[in-house]
Formats: sequence, C-alpha cells, structure tokens
Amino acid sequence: MSILIDEKTQVLVQGITGRDGAFHARAMTADGTKVVAGVTPGKAGEKLDEIPVYSTVKEAMAEHRVDATVIFVPAKFSSAAVREAADAGVPLIICITEGVPVLEMIHNYSYVQERGLRLIGPNCPGLISPGKCKIGIMPARIHKPGGIGVISRSGTLTYEVVYNLTMAGMGQSTCVGIGGDPVIGSNFIDMLKLFEADPDTTGVVVIGEIGGEDEEAAADFIREHMSKPVAAFISGRSAPPGKRMGHAGAIISGGKGTSEAKVKAFHEAGVPVADKPDEIPGLLAKMLQAT
Amino acid sequence: MKVHEYQGKQLFGEYGVPVPVEMVVTTAEQAAEAAAKIGGTVVIKAQVLVGGRGKAGGVKIAKSPDEARERAAEILALTIKELPVEKVLVAPAADIKQEFYLGLVLDRNTKSVLLMVSKAGGVDIEELAVSSPDEILKLPIDPVKGIQDAELKQTLSKVFETPKLLEQAQDTVTKLYRLFVEKDCSLVEINPYGLVEDEVLLALDAKVNFDDNALFKHPDIEALKNLEEYSADEIEANKHGLSFVSLDGDIGCIVNGAGLAMATLDIIKLYGGSPANFLDVGGSSNPEKVLNALSIILGNPNCKAVLINIFGGITRCDDIAKGILMAMDQIDIKLPLVIRLIGTNDKEGRKLLTDRGLEVAESLSEAVEKVVSVA
Repeated sequence: MSILIDEKTQVLVQGITGRDGAFHARAMTADGTKVVAGVTPGKAGEKLDEIPVYSTVKEAMAEHRVDATVIFVPAKFSSAAVREAADAGVPLIICITEGVPVLEMIHNYSYVQERGLRLIGPNCPGLISPGKCKIGIMPARIHKPGGIGVISRSGTLTYEVVYNLTMAGMGQSTCVGIGGDPVIGSNFIDMLKLFEADPDTTGVVVIGEIGGEDEEAAADFIREHMSKPVAAFISGRSAPPGKRMGHAGAIISGGKGTSEAKVKAFHEAGVPVADKPDEIPGLLAKMLQAT
Repeated sequence: MKVHEYQGKQLFGEYGVPVPVEMVVTTAEQAAEAAAKIGGTVVIKAQVLVGGRGKAGGVKIAKSPDEARERAAEILALTIKELPVEKVLVAPAADIKQEFYLGLVLDRNTKSVLLMVSKAGGVDIEELAVSSPDEILKLPIDPVKGIQDAELKQTLSKVFETPKLLEQAQDTVTKLYRLFVEKDCSLVEINPYGLVEDEVLLALDAKVNFDDNALFKHPDIEALKNLEEYSADEIEANKHGLSFVSLDGDIGCIVNGAGLAMATLDIIKLYGGSPANFLDVGGSSNPEKVLNALSIILGNPNCKAVLINIFGGITRCDDIAKGILMAMDQIDIKLPLVIRLIGTNDKEGRKLLTDRGLEVAESLSEAVEKVVSVA
C-alpha cells in the first residue's frame, strides 16, 4: 500500500507539450507511471510519443479515466490550470510550478476545497510511491519500496533524505513534496493523517523549514493522533531573519517561523529532530525497534 | 519586496487614505526649504528599508528651517543596520493625541488577509504581540467574499469609540484592503495611525510589502524597487537567475534547491564553520549558471573556501562538472574547492572532475567536514 497514488493511478499532464511538461511526462512514463493523456490548449489531436494530447482537461476526461493531474504550466497560467482541473473534478491535483502569486493561491485553495478535491503544491517536486507510480520531477532510482512515509516542503533536500533512507535499507511507502510556498494546497497534517491510516506505512519523516507555523501544528497533531513513530528535520537553522531563503515561504517574519520554535515544538511532542539528514535513518530505526 | 515609507504613503494617497502633507528630500538644504514650505515644527524621518530607525537616531524634530537643515544633515550621515540613509521625509510635527495600529497581513494559517487593529499603536507591534497579545484585535477577511461591512464595523468599534473615528477607520481599512488585493501586497501597515486635531485620523507611517511572485503583474510596483535592499552580489546573482543571499561567513556555497541549500548552511555551522552565502543554482542543467555562481562567490573578499553540493534530479551532475571546468578555464581559482556530486549522471560528472585532478565527495557530511577544515 501507499498513500494517494499507486500502480493503478492514471495520470494527466497539463502543459505536456512544454519543455518541462514533455521532459517529465516521458520520465514519469519511463519510471512506470500510467500517463494516459496530456493537455495543451490548441494542440488537440497531437501526440507526445504515444500519449494523446487534448485541448482541455474536460476533453481528456471524456476519453480517459483520470485519477490525478500534474501541472507544468508557467506561473502566469497555473491558477487557471488548477481551476480547470478542479472544474473537471480531478480528485488529485499536483501543481509543480514555482512563482504562483500568493493571493491567487488563497483563491485556488478555497476553489479546490469547495469541490471536495485535493491540491498538492505549488512549488513542489510532486509525489512518488516507489515501484508503483511517480507524479513529479524527483529521480525515481534513489527510492526503494518500503514502509517509511516522507513529507517535505523541499525538493532536493527530500532527495537527500530519501537517499539516506534507501542506503540504510529503509524503503518508502510514499514521499510527498508539499511545496515551499507560503500558501499550499495540502499541509503536513493532511499527509500525516493519510500515513497514520495506511497499513503499510510504519514510520514517517517530516522535513520542515523556517517560515510559517505548519511544523508547530504538525507537532501538536503528532502528539495527539499519531501512533506511528515520526522523526523530523528542519532546515534554515542558520538563516537570518527577514531574508527569503530561496523558497517564497522560507522567511522568518514578525518573529514567527523560527527554527527554534519548530524544533522545540517537535521535541515537546516527542519527535526527535535530526541535526543532519544522514542521522534520520538511525533515529527512525531506534523508534521502530522500540515499537 | 519592500518600499520606503514615502512610497507607501504615495500609494495610500492614490487609494484615498488620508496622509499628512509632506516632502521627501535628499539633501540638508532641500530639507530646510521643505520645512519652510510646510511651516512650524517638522519631523524629519530617515527613509530606510529596516525597522528601528527611531532608536538609531533616524527620526528628529526641528522647530525652524535652520534646525531642519542641521537635523537632516545628521540623519543623512547615518547608516542604519548597514543601510546608508539617502533620503529623508520632512513632515509637519502633528500634535498626536492618540496612536492606533492598523495592519493587513497575508496570513498563512487562516489562508486569508488578516486585519489587525490595536489601541496601542506607535510601539513595536511584534513586541506587543508577544507581551500583550490581547491588545491586538484580529479579523480574518475571507478572500472570496471580501470585507463584510458589519463584521468590520464590529471589530473596529472596540478600538475606535466615537462614530466619527469609527467611520474614518472603516473607510481607511476598506481602502487599504483594496490596495492590498489590487497590488498583491503581503503586508500593509499603518503604525501609528494617529489621532490629530479635530477627531482626524492620519496615516503617520506606512509599511508596504509586496508578494515577489506577483510582481510580474505590476510593472508600476516593480518600478518602485529599491536596489539598496540588496547587496551588490545579490543584484548580480539575480541578473543571472540565481537565488542568492549574502551572509557574513567565509565559506562560499553553491547548492541546487533551496531546502538543500539551507540545510547545507546549517551543517556547515554544525561543524563549526560559517557560510558566506546562500545560493540556489536552480533546477536547470546549465553550465553557465555554475560559472556565474562561482565568479560571484570568488569575488567576495571574505570567502576562503567554496563548497559545491549538488543532488542531481533535473540537474545533471555532468552539466555541473562542465560548469566547474569552464570556470577553472576562465577564472584563476586560488581558493580550495570542495565538491560533492550525487544523483543524475553523477558517475560522468565525477569522472570529468577527477580527470582534471579534482576530488569529489559522495556524502554531504564528509564534504562539509572537509570544507570547514580548509577554510
């Protein structure tokens, strides 16, 4: 088992004829994902290799069962793409695009919520259930099927953590990049709930960073509701306040979003926080043995 | 993106929010002329993009044009939190009877625009939020529905007790919200929102920040950008599409991905070192970017060693290696380079580098330990 996506998941790619969309549609297919269709306005009837292209999400869904869509369109058009997917009722919408205006995201968030759908991202690497399905841009080969769930606000830092888990023989059930923006479709708690309910997930890694208070909320949730062991890592411990560290959401402002507050919240919830990514497998193994 | 107080007040003016009649000047002589035009006692305020200017001596009262000249000269000679003061605002010294606080902020938790109001204006609002959080009233504004007048009135009436004040505050908040939404702000703040003669409320300060992601929609706002907010290296890096933040240490860093870049800095500190910068080369596989990144970092006189940490996903390690070799051919690199390459095409990348006599680490801890020992 895994969360959100598995070997049966049928995937649509919005922006499939663009540079990034085409590259990753091919990479996902090569990694075993069922990419059943793509969308680029005005390009109906074309094909990317064997994948049929449609002008709208609705047209694609008239021909295919679509379980999830992944958005690779530029920031200027990505809100429209999210809404189009929501209007068509795609249950899982993943927005990879970086640079979506935050006020637009607030609107997109309620738009998707009102329709009872799920949005992941924006500004995220996507998600992968190793050996089953990959929807996103991560290198599949560093992953390995197994029982660890990974939730992260980052991209390459997640690869670093996954790589260390795989090297230590700890495979992953699903790894989800929730995105580095201030307002995102799904947060740590949304994913923790799913991992807690997934019978094949044995433990979870939470990779947070400075900015906002999602980690603190996650810590409270873990203390109250998680029976499975959770280990954490927080990046940005050396970041100066008021400076945006790459991610739009990675900024300490108004005295909020410091790494100290996050580490403290996790410690108080009994969640060990690694100082380096290569300490995570050890921390998890220790907790898994104790259970 | 941040703008100066005077720029914020100009925006307030455009949206009909009452602001004092005031002038922004760049020399002491101009300050004296402005004081003469305004008449009476004036206040002279440094225009810098950081808080705490009052404590740093950046706000002074002058009773005559001559005094304004002297005070302005003093302020223009200041450097506040490393930012030299280049402009001052000359404003009438209002007889302030009471100071309120009004703020709109993009709130990540409630996914709304959060209105904050307080009777205790004029003080550091961040400190107030910690010391007496009950003094700040909050009202989340639903982004889809917009301001609900009855709700807004109810919240504001707890702070503004006479009908006349309440009416002005409600009008101001409505206008500020329009500014916030139309210009994609992340923060709009009036502190103090001052009660001056005849029950009149005025915006006596202005703090306006914008969402960087939305600047592409607002060329008028982008034109307000103040380059002094950024270091020379940050501006140069920005031109080349690199995400860069100057820091005060001596280990230059080139990393792909913001999260990994932050973590790399943290681990350098953990091993007793001190990073000179944050740099995310981004996800593309462009050797030019590595060359640009290296030349910016090597131009920093404080830098004693460089760590390149790449976890290839979309980024290909062989492209990074090509960029490093390109830099070695074009720049005389005298500082030790510590390189860690892993992920997509790492074998090819490592071979390119080891063929040229460079050492390449596989583990991040090992690479950091090494760069700290040579810096």
